[in-house]
Amino acid sequence: MSPFEYERATDASAAVARVSARPNAVFLGGGTNLVDHMRLGIARPELVVDVSRLPLRAIERLPGGAVRIGAGVRNSDLAADGTIRSQYPVLSQALLAGASGQLRNLATTAGNLLQRTRCAYFQDVTVPCNKREPGSGCSAIEGHNRDHAILGASQQCVAVHPSDMAVALAALDATVVVLGRQGERRIPVVEFHRLPGSSPQRETVLEHGELITAVELPALPVAQHSAYYKVRDRASYAFALVSVAAALQISDGRVADVRIAFGGLAHKPWRAVRAEASLRGAPATEESYRRAAAAELADARPLKHNAFKVPMARNTLQMLLRHLTAGVR
Amino acid sequence: MKASITLQVDGRQRSLSLDTRTTLLDALREHLGVKAPKKGCDHGQCGACTVLMDGRRVTTCLSLAVACDGAIVTTAEGLAPGGRLHPVQQAFLDHDALQCGYCTPGQICSTVGMLEEAKAGHPSFVTQGLSPQANLNDSEIRERMSGNLCRCGAYVNIVAAIRDAIGKGAMP
Amino acid sequence: MDMLEARAIGVDRERMDGKLKVMGTAPYAFEQSVDRPAYLHPVQSTIARGRIHSIDTSAAGRLEGVIAVITHWNAPRLASDGNRELWVLQSNEVHFRGQFIAAVVAETLEVARCAAELVRAEYETAAHDVGFSAGRDDLYAPEAVNAGYPTDTDQGDAEAAFNGAEVRLDATYSTPMEHNQPMEPHTTIALWESDKLTLYDSTQSVHSVRTVVAKTLGLRPEQVHVVSPYVGGGFGSKGETHAHNILAALAALRAPGRAVKLALTRQQMFTLAGHRTPTIQRFRLGATRDGHLNAIIHEVVEQTSRFQEFAEQTAVPTRLMYAAPNRRTRHRLAALDVPKPSWMRAPGETPGMFAGEVAMDELAVACGLDPIELRVRNEPEHDPESGSPWGSRHLVECLREGARRFGWSRRDPRPGRRSEDGWLTGIGVASATYPRYVLMGSRASIRFDEGRYEVRIGAADLGTGTWTALTQIAADALECSPEAIHLEIGDTDLPNATVAGGSSGISSWGWAIVAAAQEFRRRHGSRPPAGAEASADTPEGADDETFAQHSFGAQFAEVRVNAATGEVRLARMLGVFSAGRIINPRLARSQLIGGMTMGLSMALHEESVMDERLGHIVNHDFAGYHIATNADVVNLDAVWLEEIDDRSTPMGSRGIGEIGIVGAAAAIANAVYHATGKRIRALPITPDKLLT
Repeated sequence: MSPFEYERATDASAAVARVSARPNAVFLGGGTNLVDHMRLGIARPELVVDVSRLPLRAIERLPGGAVRIGAGVRNSDLAADGTIRSQYPVLSQALLAGASGQLRNLATTAGNLLQRTRCAYFQDVTVPCNKREPGSGCSAIEGHNRDHAILGASQQCVAVHPSDMAVALAALDATVVVLGRQGERRIPVVEFHRLPGSSPQRETVLEHGELITAVELPALPVAQHSAYYKVRDRASYAFALVSVAAALQISDGRVADVRIAFGGLAHKPWRAVRAEASLRGAPATEESYRRAAAAELADARPLKHNAFKVPMARNTLQMLLRHLTAGVR
Repeated sequence: MKASITLQVDGRQRSLSLDTRTTLLDALREHLGVKAPKKGCDHGQCGACTVLMDGRRVTTCLSLAVACDGAIVTTAEGLAPGGRLHPVQQAFLDHDALQCGYCTPGQICSTVGMLEEAKAGHPSFVTQGLSPQANLNDSEIRERMSGNLCRCGAYVNIVAAIRDAIGKGAMP
Repeated sequence: MDMLEARAIGVDRERMDGKLKVMGTAPYAFEQSVDRPAYLHPVQSTIARGRIHSIDTSAAGRLEGVIAVITHWNAPRLASDGNRELWVLQSNEVHFRGQFIAAVVAETLEVARCAAELVRAEYETAAHDVGFSAGRDDLYAPEAVNAGYPTDTDQGDAEAAFNGAEVRLDATYSTPMEHNQPMEPHTTIALWESDKLTLYDSTQSVHSVRTVVAKTLGLRPEQVHVVSPYVGGGFGSKGETHAHNILAALAALRAPGRAVKLALTRQQMFTLAGHRTPTIQRFRLGATRDGHLNAIIHEVVEQTSRFQEFAEQTAVPTRLMYAAPNRRTRHRLAALDVPKPSWMRAPGETPGMFAGEVAMDELAVACGLDPIELRVRNEPEHDPESGSPWGSRHLVECLREGARRFGWSRRDPRPGRRSEDGWLTGIGVASATYPRYVLMGSRASIRFDEGRYEVRIGAADLGTGTWTALTQIAADALECSPEAIHLEIGDTDLPNATVAGGSSGISSWGWAIVAAAQEFRRRHGSRPPAGAEASADTPEGADDETFAQHSFGAQFAEVRVNAATGEVRLARMLGVFSAGRIINPRLARSQLIGGMTMGLSMALHEESVMDERLGHIVNHDFAGYHIATNADVVNLDAVWLEEIDDRSTPMGSRGIGEIGIVGAAAAIANAVYHATGKRIRALPITPDKLLT
């Protein structure tokens, strides 16, 4: 780890100004991703501005039924919140599917959104990686890519976003509230993360120095009937091979409303717009679910070691929709 | 770059001046002589470094010590003041919930923190429904403790020890 | 055999080191108190083969707090190159990616690591070869395999018998490269005081480390003191001296008066702590229609490092499991640019019995026989290859007892028949075996003072229960209560002890203690004066091979497989073992369930993935290399037959540390077949293998 200055922020605007002014400064939340990367040599900030004690730690109900989650709320507290558990169960389940109890007690909402891929080549500074060093090449495309993307990837990068929480937020049409030097802006979470394209080093639309202050969930009745399924190699404490966040409302035997997002498939949480379009108004049957899953995965481009993700994603989506239909979690 | 911090560790106020790069784990082990939390992976992937910080179980290998200024830290050693074992520690002994012992202090602190979380009604991934947790079944114990790896494979006895500790009132 | 009268042995006693361990105050190697420690961080090669052309240490050396930077240009010279793994910083040759090429010693961990990252090496890179496959044309037969067994064996005409058999099974199985990954990484503190070297180490044999380090450094053994009272797991990886021991000693020479502390990072544990070779195993079984074996052929391909050979004895268990007049076993090695493989729990038996016990399951299906019945029909009356009578063999009893407890008779043999809520379920069985080893050369000393017996032997407790088990044995050997015993282990100042390996520890050390106690009583009687002392070695003939001495067991597993996602989860698992007298029930059970848990992990999760372009394990941390979590282990238990083996040791015991892992992966693989009808022959059994 290279040496750095540490400061604790007492004011969000001041923190923004401080980090904006230095290209080699970063924000520190819970540290569970940043410190990991500093030790790996991937992140080499000269100034670390600790924002974990800013007053951004509340979960509030807003007029109209929306919910505002402070950027500094710990993952464990968010998952345990009564409103979240009852109104947006998919979000609670997604959080609880991630990491471990100890890590969830440290990790923050903002930090979870900003965490970076666990691609083994990205994390190894001794091998080429376009995300770490643009133009150096992608070691995963012809390498061990079992954990990598089948949707939305590029020749420069096939990494997958590792967050479970972000998948649920994508399904729920959440909004990321960001403070910059010019003031506040609101970014739909589905636009917050980028696909790799030719610049995989840019993972979000944030400018340097912009600070996430909150995430807002809209009032969303369909979210009450939602769930998260995560397919893992072992029963706990593992990243997703494939995961699905889904919310489903059925009326008179037809799909009245639906939200679906996949994890483990792409550089960002994959909002399944094709599957949703296929399902809206369709009969709530196995056949509709099969057709929707197939539609969403139709353009999947498997790599040498991850072809299994195609049937796994289709099957998992169908299984989850089936469960939500039956009223079972 | 150096910074000065104060921590309360196992009931004692400790002040130190250290490199900003020092993690809480290394501050405890190398600077304060508090060796109960162990370094198993240094990357948040094994749980051997778990302590209670401000009442919550946390891994210490990814926490910068400077960011923990003012924290109250309890390690497995602090759970046994004067050698009087905490009920969870006694249960681990009774059920042989350890072998090499390297993951054990982390397991102990994680258990104590986990029981507090359950008492406060925090769900786990396997929790069904919305009611507050009364007694944890084996499936809950296993899931909630999965952030603590044990290569010796003492899990079966760890679960039995925790079940026993709950039964004896470790989680009212 | 003069048997001990059991009063303390066989009794369930709390682990004596337990209290310190639950408090976190038992000192592991890195935690030993030393004055003014300095910290070592190594620099590793980023090529797999070639030569170092230059190393620029100038930026590293300029950092404040750096005490020394060593490379092969300025490292002290070693005396002996007999073990090439230990030829550390002595030449510009690179043998594998991740090899030590330099080291930084500094005042703090942070400075040492930061400085190490500033060291820049330039290489003359050579093409490396890490391509492990059975199709290579350069596979060769080693002179012997690990533990001194013959490489090949032949009886009758196995090929002809197989070709003429009524029922034939010809299948190839594979197990991946695996890493032991004890929770405590390999660690040494090295301190020179004039010409004496102290190593606070984490090892399965303090005396072996002393011998090897002394030889390598050109010292007399008396100049080296190795201390290792508590070991945070080893599973074989701490059985040999490794490069980090030498690196710490060399670095400490360049930091005079300082105790130099080195703990490998978890990432470094994938390169510098040994590993279990991958295997490709062709198994052929020829049988009559009613399941009597006529031919057994087991051909193994595995890897070794190019610079130092290690050949795992994978086909050896096949030489004793089942009766058949025509037999062949083979081991062939691929010498690759990889780190040297080493021991990992039950080397040989673990991968070999995976293949053999899945093959038997496949044969049972082919013959239309119950898998337990097939094994019973092929029970050999004596050791099939040596002809020796069995010291003890209760495999059939283990299978029957396990079947009874597991509800085996209710099993519908047809696969893919049981499904609940989208989860297919099945149960499987496999045999287990492990040799009974006694190693010669341990010595125990006993001294009486102030009403207690001080028992000294340089043995090791890696979580294996040695502190407690040897206390119980000593108590019975001296016919006193365990409270009157004060045991010391884990230090070369104590009498010589053989390695904690081959499940031989308690047998070898315990026997030495029994012999020492006999000598003590012979000399000093039952009312010894203060200061009375005696010593003895594990006696002549303890490793006698008149009888074929092995432990056996049966593994039963039930699994659930998600039909949609391919996830495989354990539902329950039971091991039934025959291992002689159990010295301490709770410690034995812990060893057995620990082994079974490692076997579950092997079956479903573990694989070190080699990227052949880099020559390097890609998934080199705990997030990428999965071991079983608490949530994976459901309803797992181990029991044993009550027995006393009066041919094995005076304690009646045989050793319990490794048999738990043997056969476990096969039982799970067989259960997966029973659940799904899919026969997975390549470990680990991950969801993708069920879906494609």
